[in-house]
Amino acid sequence: MSTLVVNEPFDITAIRSDFPILSIEVNGKPLVYFDNAATTQKPQQVIDALVDYYSHYNSNVHRGVHHLSQVATDAYEGARLKMAKLLNAPSASEIIFTRGTTESINLIAFSFGEAFVNEGDEIIISAIEHHSNIVPWQMLCLRKKAVLKVIPVHDNGELDLEAYQELFSNRTKLVAVGHISNALGTINPIADMIRMAHKYSVPVLIDGAQGLPHGRVDIQALGCDFYCFSGHKMYGPTGIGGFYGRIELLDQMPPYQGGGEMIKEVTFAGTTFNDVPYKFEAGTPNIADAIGLKAAVDYLETISWEAIEKQEHALLLYATEQLIREGGITIIGTAPDKASLISFLIDGIHPLDAGTILDHFGIAIRTGNHCTQPLMDRFCITGTMRASFSFYNTFEEIDSMMTAIQKVKQMFL
Amino acid sequence: MTIADKEEQLINEFTLFDDWMDKYNYIIDLGKSLPMIDEKLKTESNLIKGCQSRVWLSAEFDGKVINFTGDSDAVITKGIANLLVRTLSGHTPDEILEADMGFVDKIGLKEHLSPTRSNGLVSMIKQMKLYALAYKTKASLNA
Repeated sequence: MSTLVVNEPFDITAIRSDFPILSIEVNGKPLVYFDNAATTQKPQQVIDALVDYYSHYNSNVHRGVHHLSQVATDAYEGARLKMAKLLNAPSASEIIFTRGTTESINLIAFSFGEAFVNEGDEIIISAIEHHSNIVPWQMLCLRKKAVLKVIPVHDNGELDLEAYQELFSNRTKLVAVGHISNALGTINPIADMIRMAHKYSVPVLIDGAQGLPHGRVDIQALGCDFYCFSGHKMYGPTGIGGFYGRIELLDQMPPYQGGGEMIKEVTFAGTTFNDVPYKFEAGTPNIADAIGLKAAVDYLETISWEAIEKQEHALLLYATEQLIREGGITIIGTAPDKASLISFLIDGIHPLDAGTILDHFGIAIRTGNHCTQPLMDRFCITGTMRASFSFYNTFEEIDSMMTAIQKVKQMFL
Repeated sequence: MTIADKEEQLINEFTLFDDWMDKYNYIIDLGKSLPMIDEKLKTESNLIKGCQSRVWLSAEFDGKVINFTGDSDAVITKGIANLLVRTLSGHTPDEILEADMGFVDKIGLKEHLSPTRSNGLVSMIKQMKLYALAYKTKASLNA
């Protein structure tokens, strides 16, 4: 067992008991859930918030004079305010709710593209992006005859910042990079990258799907122009997420979808659009899940970001140490600054084979290309095994994974 | 032996295993020991794409029956692919088209044929049936 201990107030037993799913069994074994980068489990507080909304104040927002509509609107807008505070956004109207990071990036790629991108212009992304931060830009480039440029990655999973600087030209319109790589765990130096881009007056979008769940993010300190997030990766419900967008840019961007809520006045001669954020939220929003997301953030704040970061870092170090000690394992992504996820291969064993057997031991990891095919090509592999840890995971669970890995080796080698 | 007979035989074979590990060890042995596809046939056009494990499938029709060969880079997938190939090879296009492959469920490997596994086996069965349909059509045109 590890000698790493966390601060007193961090009571792992109490925390685990907040997550009902963590006490279930899979294939007759206690669930070891190491697929947190795909989605995190939900604390009872989030589940209760959803039930409470549907049981006591379900109503459409922004348009009812009646009591329930007012309560629901206050709660929904309260969720927006919560996200603005979490991100330290200057104003709550700069928080747009969407279904998640993927929809956020698609919305921005469309609307920003309509406003600012023309034939021959350039968008910069990186070689370690999730498909969600590649394909929307490819679609934009196709539509506008623009050019996609890619920051290369070093062998250890760090971005090549010298090459990054050389990608800028007077045609560069936007940089879109991930905060944390979902496949390698690399924490990109986004503050530096944003500063560099701003030297060329180029706005920056950060894909924060893997960033926000792991630590404090301060939009104003970073200076980024867009920051996208997914609720379900930060202990909130599925189907809710959003992004921060700098108001000066949002004001110039046309709506993404038309419908109710996003309009000021509609006549058959023409329509005037509502102000941000409503301009980008056509139709009835996902009220319940926005409220659930607020409950998730409230919950995380009771634990404290410092404790979360500390525990997750300790888990990362312990797992890395155990995998290295085990031998016959190749870790893919060895950047010095990593979030709590490890991509690895057991030498000579296909990740799918290993993952299948681990599942029979109740251990949930992810196998495959992690929606990063170009990155897998870069490393000449078809996929990896990925264990991603949350603060609710334990060192004993890592020990269980190691025991299962030894069984896998016995079976296949 | 009909396809149904072969399926019955496999079901009987698998009832001998006490636990899941024995079953997997057997499949792993199948995947490891049996030479499957000729290296020459591991071509891009024989590759079933979009899956976590790569699966190759090739078919030959002698005018009467189809013989399949297949392979995979993942051992469990290869072992199960081997069972599929063994079951359907040597049968006529009509027999293959009618086969329900219910044995996979009965031997407790259904999870491996779910689309969420994305191991290529679902596509492999589809592809085997497509070969049968194609050869059947071709044969009827030549007749």
